[in-house]
Amino acid sequence: MVPLSWYIGLSTVIFMIGVVGFLIRRNIIVMLMSIELMLNSVNISLVAFSHYLQDLRGQILVFFIITVAASETAIGLAILVALYKNKEAVHTNEITEMKG
Amino acid sequence: MNIPFPNLMPVAPEIIITVAASILLIFDLALRNKGPLAFLSLLAAGVTVYAIIQPASLGETFGGMFISDSYSVYFKLIFMVNLILTVLISLKYLQRQKAEYGEYYSLLLFATAGMMLMASAKDLIVLYLGLELMALSTYILAGIKRHDIKSNEAAMKYFLLGSFSSALLLYGISLLYGLTTTTDLYQIAAYLKQTGSSMPLLMSMTLIAVAFSFKIAAAPFHMWAPDVYEGAPTSVTAFMSVGPKAAGFAVIGRVFLMSAFQGMQADWTPILIGIAILTMAVGNIVALSQTNIKRMLAYSSIAHAGYALLGIIAGTEEGLHAMMTYLLIYAFMNIGAFAIVILLDKGDEIKDYEGLSKSRPLVAALMLVFMFSLTGIPPTAGFIGKFNIFMAAIKAGYTWLVVIAVIFSAISAYYYLRVVMNMYMKEMKQEAAIAPSPSLGLAILITVLMVFIIGIMPSVVIG
Repeated sequence: MVPLSWYIGLSTVIFMIGVVGFLIRRNIIVMLMSIELMLNSVNISLVAFSHYLQDLRGQILVFFIITVAASETAIGLAILVALYKNKEAVHTNEITEMKG
Repeated sequence: MNIPFPNLMPVAPEIIITVAASILLIFDLALRNKGPLAFLSLLAAGVTVYAIIQPASLGETFGGMFISDSYSVYFKLIFMVNLILTVLISLKYLQRQKAEYGEYYSLLLFATAGMMLMASAKDLIVLYLGLELMALSTYILAGIKRHDIKSNEAAMKYFLLGSFSSALLLYGISLLYGLTTTTDLYQIAAYLKQTGSSMPLLMSMTLIAVAFSFKIAAAPFHMWAPDVYEGAPTSVTAFMSVGPKAAGFAVIGRVFLMSAFQGMQADWTPILIGIAILTMAVGNIVALSQTNIKRMLAYSSIAHAGYALLGIIAGTEEGLHAMMTYLLIYAFMNIGAFAIVILLDKGDEIKDYEGLSKSRPLVAALMLVFMFSLTGIPPTAGFIGKFNIFMAAIKAGYTWLVVIAVIFSAISAYYYLRVVMNMYMKEMKQEAAIAPSPSLGLAILITVLMVFIIGIMPSVVIG
């Protein structure tokens, strides 16, 4: 049986990849994917905890996270499409109408 | 298996507002003119206020995941004030901005339902769902002027940083769940009392604190606020600067003071003190150099989050009450200030206010009241709010922190009174155009009356 710490290690590594990806990449699509990575790493750790603690709450939360992540991506892409129609840019360096 | 039907009385306000939001979406299909939708949402807000103040609505439901107590009732009333005033100021403004989509009102109601869930959450799952319902609706609201590049950009920035912060929150929640085997806030508190703090627990607490600092726009997690407040339609800015902030404070108060991290006060107080000082410093000092009034108000709202945090840091019942009162007062004075910004049908630059007292003396006088109140000058409500929160912090033994807060508060007088100086002491360059409407007038009347009533008789909100 795979010990719990392996799952937590995997989830931490994926979460860190997501955080670093979000902070250093400048393409909005890639940033969206990084957020998705972060959310899914949370799902891994929640399911692992839920299994090892013999408690279903964690898995219930995972279902909610999956649903919310889907709607979040839909909204994010919708905003991006609206932005792209007005200004053909997907790089955060080009989206600088407001500064200060 | 026999599953008992949950008692729906405590969730009645949330149910009413969600049903109303869905009905508005259907009506939107049939109506060409969106005016009636605003009145329907006001009606829904009225019924919800009635449901909130029913004594029968107190209690727990859904297996203890949802709680309605005097704390959540107070916050729900703040959200209702926010909703009603926002609807009133948006009515004509949206027509002028050619952004009159029916979904606007429905999204306002959904966002408010999310905030109410957050204030009532007794379980991390409900808390997360409420937060996302609020956040997802406000992302769209910020970008509702979809042909305007600034509005798109505001929505995009808000969305990216908002979802980043909720991912951090989730990681904190998952750690907390793994450590305590439960998601119930009060059971977590009971569990942590026995075990004491550990490294993963501190990490989870820090992640949750950081996530909510994003929501209340506290420094160093405030970077999104000025851009989003400037780019979003002004009515949405007014909504966002009060609602999500108050909801964030509701959760911070519940999670850090009343339940989960109650026993770890010694661990989180230094973190929050650092955040509060930095927030007041950044908010007040950067606001000095702003030339756009919406950006200036954005930094001012960051600074106000710093003052309100003092109530949490005090860690006493009194501090919590002072924080709640402060947020209610802030709702009135801030939406009032934004209502004047909407009333003036011209640019958002502070320069545009030059000589306003000559051409529009009444508008200038009203703006003066709101600026005085935001500074905290008696006899306005802002003074009562600041006085209470500083007193609570002093009684809890944080005199040095209050001294810092008062110094920053004095600095804030410069940029608030600069608007007043522009209105009263500069020569008029051009006749100011205003775009009055009955609903906007009503909103300004309510806010200005409340600012004076609370300022003169503070007993109406305290206690």
